[in-house]
Amino acid sequence: MSLKGRHLIDPNDFSLEELDEIYDLADRVIENKDAFSDICKGKILGTLFYEPSTRTRLSFESAMLRLGGTVLGFSDANTSSVAKGESIADTIRVLSTYADIAVMRHPKEGAPRLAAEYSLIPVINGGDGGHQHPTQTLTDLLTIRRYKGTLENHTIAFCGDLMFGRTVHSLISVMARYKGSCFELISPSELRLPEHLRFSLTEKHDVCFHETENLEEVIGRVDVLYMTRIQKERFFNEADYMRLKDSYILDRNKLKNAREDLIVMHPLPRVNEIGYDVDDDERAVYFRQAEYGIYVRMALIALLLGVNANVESK
Amino acid sequence: MLKVNSIFCGIVIDHIAAGNGIKIFDKLKLDEVKFPVVLLINVPSRKLGRKDIIKIENKIDVDLTMLGLIDPNLTVNIIENDKIINKMTVSIPEEVQGLFKCKNPRCVSNSDGYVSPKFRLAHSNGKIYYQCSYCEELTSYSV
Repeated sequence: MSLKGRHLIDPNDFSLEELDEIYDLADRVIENKDAFSDICKGKILGTLFYEPSTRTRLSFESAMLRLGGTVLGFSDANTSSVAKGESIADTIRVLSTYADIAVMRHPKEGAPRLAAEYSLIPVINGGDGGHQHPTQTLTDLLTIRRYKGTLENHTIAFCGDLMFGRTVHSLISVMARYKGSCFELISPSELRLPEHLRFSLTEKHDVCFHETENLEEVIGRVDVLYMTRIQKERFFNEADYMRLKDSYILDRNKLKNAREDLIVMHPLPRVNEIGYDVDDDERAVYFRQAEYGIYVRMALIALLLGVNANVESK
Repeated sequence: MLKVNSIFCGIVIDHIAAGNGIKIFDKLKLDEVKFPVVLLINVPSRKLGRKDIIKIENKIDVDLTMLGLIDPNLTVNIIENDKIINKMTVSIPEEVQGLFKCKNPRCVSNSDGYVSPKFRLAHSNGKIYYQCSYCEELTSYSV
């Protein structure tokens, strides 16, 4: 099934073969960026950012501009018709006539799914509350594939906020579909994986997972360490945030017990969960991961728009 | 023994587990109707031990999905000219829309007036839940 005209709301909307198609195109973009510089000429990306975002929004804008397309939209719901009380359905119906493809970030969980129900153009979920962040997941999967050569048979440790960390939710739900995946889930008891994801791991997938509060206990046996920020904006209570915010700090000393071929990932922005002294370690790949985010979004936009990506090398 | 006349034309909801009758009575808003309705509770039953029965002397639209949610073992009998002309069973619905809210306060279905919350049946640890189609949170339904 072609990806043309499809929405990306949940990474599980796509088969593993379709995800491979995206990584394959992203690999080709990385090898020869200039060759793709005008394949989206005349196309418009609508950006609907109902909550603040720097990295994801700029990454999408950069991706579309690098494909030769243009961008319009808003990055602050208070300055748009949303502030007047417009429903998501009305906003997307109108935007569908202004743009060829849309990306939406929204604080309410499920908002992009709702938008997709009323949209005439492909909708990409750019992050919905603490629920999903599928394009970060594509970025993460591309990173793992490029560093490890395969997405199968990996033990991945997720560390930090597993309750509200949408990047974790998206990545776990996709990795669970790959053969031989094992998860080490490291979090304070208050920030454990939500019940619906636990349900998914135990009832829908045959994966092994182990929960712990201790990073040092598992760091020596994992292939990928995925660190996350404890997100202040997801807490209702400041005191809870203050108590939990420094639960895990990865530094060079802790990495001494890790494997040589470990990769340390982070969706960024980091606060202090990864010490600056880790940045120089060859195993720290989070800045390269952020760069891959642009290329995987270029691939995604091109495939959802159905433009001709069979370009000749320039 | 308490005696209640049979109805001539209407609906009998039978084999309701004792205690659920009042919930169905409330959900169908039978306290607001102008035609005769009888709610019998704790009626002796060979199958259930005790059961509730609702007799409605009028043909009204009953939402079988909603009845299945409250009590998947009940039966609905349609009565015409003092005779049962149709006997229906209900079951736990696979999909539910608009009958209850998602328990997740951050779910879009709790804040956007355009959305009618939708759920799919899910089982976890032997319990029945409904998984929200928007945010995927599991909600256990209870009236």
